[in-house]
Amino acid sequence: MTRAETFVAAAYLVLLAVVLLYVVVYAFKLSRLEREVRELAELARERNERKAA
Amino acid sequence: MVLAFAAGSLLLAGLGLALLWVPEVEGDPAFPIFYLHVPVALTAYACFGWGAWKALRLLWLDEHRYDLESYTAIHMGVIFGVLTLVTGSIWAKFTWGQWWVWSSRQLVLFLVLFLFYSAYFMLRYSTDPGPRRARMSAVYALFGAVLVPVSFLAIRLAEDVIHPGPVVVSREGPQMTGDLFFVFCVSFAGMLGLAGALYTNELTGKRLDSTLRELRESLE
Repeated sequence: MTRAETFVAAAYLVLLAVVLLYVVVYAFKLSRLEREVRELAELARERNERKAA
Repeated sequence: MVLAFAAGSLLLAGLGLALLWVPEVEGDPAFPIFYLHVPVALTAYACFGWGAWKALRLLWLDEHRYDLESYTAIHMGVIFGVLTLVTGSIWAKFTWGQWWVWSSRQLVLFLVLFLFYSAYFMLRYSTDPGPRRARMSAVYALFGAVLVPVSFLAIRLAEDVIHPGPVVVSREGPQMTGDLFFVFCVSFAGMLGLAGALYTNELTGKRLDSTLRELRESLE
């Protein structure tokens, strides 16, 4: 691999790394949102049960 | 999903064409970085411009949804700004032998633009959520938009000759051969597609976040 090819590869790898980092951060965000939806569903169910009682 | 797939395909096609199809540019064997660096920089400008447009819509129409749209666009602009600075530095190290040149106005102006929009987040999160924060953020985003054409035109106005002159957008048309311009267009379309896909995903996530917060407040 020539010096120029190393620099070109490094530049494209930076893009790939940023996109991958974004995907990882987004995966964490999605799991947090999923947890929050579960908690809210639980809250809504408890509320309905209290109303029914 | 379709946009992300199309963007990925175009970026891969652009990379393949840059490395295998177009002839090597004499005197700059690292020229394939051009097909990454310039589209990334133009996409950053586009994101900042989009953010400012949404900010203007917010101030004009006073609709809350534009606040989130403007914020997301600026968020994307900063990500592409980081990419512009990093890819530019890598190219500079190869061609100029230095990671950064403070005497180049083009570089410094882009850094100023980037730092200006980075400070947007500090301003935003130092204020309580609500219409006041939305308006303040919108005004700040609009001020930043003034820097976009200045940074874009600096390449033409700058007297230093370190940073290459305009090769894509100039009065005489693209200053490159047809095949180079074609590969540039493929890469630029891919980069815009990537920005669009990230923007859509991020906006959906932020809207969902906001809806969940409202739902939690009404349930508790």
